[in-house]
Amino acid sequence: MIPDFILFFGLAIVALASAIGLLLSKSAIYAALNLIINFTAIAFFYLVLSAPFIALTQIAVYAGAIMVLFLFVIMLLGAEKLERGTIQPWQRPAAIILAGILIAEAIYMSIAQVVPAAIAGDLPAEFGTPLAIGETLFNEYLLPFEVVSILLLAAMIGAIVLTKKGGLKRS
Amino acid sequence: VGADEGEKMLPVEYYTGLSVILFTLGALGVLIRRNAIIIFMSVELMLNSANLAFVAFARSYGSMSGQIFVFFVMAVAAAEVAVGLALIVAIFHSKHNIDIDQLNSLHG
Repeated sequence: MIPDFILFFGLAIVALASAIGLLLSKSAIYAALNLIINFTAIAFFYLVLSAPFIALTQIAVYAGAIMVLFLFVIMLLGAEKLERGTIQPWQRPAAIILAGILIAEAIYMSIAQVVPAAIAGDLPAEFGTPLAIGETLFNEYLLPFEVVSILLLAAMIGAIVLTKKGGLKRS
Repeated sequence: VGADEGEKMLPVEYYTGLSVILFTLGALGVLIRRNAIIIFMSVELMLNSANLAFVAFARSYGSMSGQIFVFFVMAVAAAEVAVGLALIVAIFHSKHNIDIDQLNSLHG
């Protein structure tokens, strides 16, 4: 149990510190790098939670593909120095109060035992492997899988149309 | 790297607590930052905290469905990022700015 605690709190500190770094960073590049650290820490959580396939997908898709896209757009736009001090004076305290209310509600819901605490002690040995994921995906979730393929196609076409020259000005 | 037989996980409340805090930080980022790209990254942070809760409950209940949902969330997030960043690039080309306080008209 003790190594589990050390592992959990070490990873949790990394995840929280990088999330706070994302909030406070002046430059968009540093925000993106903080987010990559956060995604990697969460991937290690997935490994701890016996989801190795999801952990590697997290690294490849989130920390790899999605963040490369973000960094590419940041560098393309030169957006790292775009933010100016235009924030209204009342916005930041209001945001912090709202976030405090949100976290209080969420912690209350966590403590109030709205979910029955069912702990599966012994897992099957293949839990979380690509084989088990594939069997569940293609047996029970085949229709959502096909719908996701249509969604990705629509997103691809949308991205191409939006970035085409004069794509927004037509019509 | 399969699950060890009989290995106990930490109580699922630890993971939901961390997920709640990460989600709140993401929401706070959406509220206090003004750069559209950083707001977008905060949304990704919120999606990830939900994924963490999914995987923790999948482990806790011994069911694969939670992990499949994470898979779908990742696919939807990838589609969202592709379209969202294309929108940001298009807005930047027409307005030369992505500060969301300056973007107050729908006219292209």
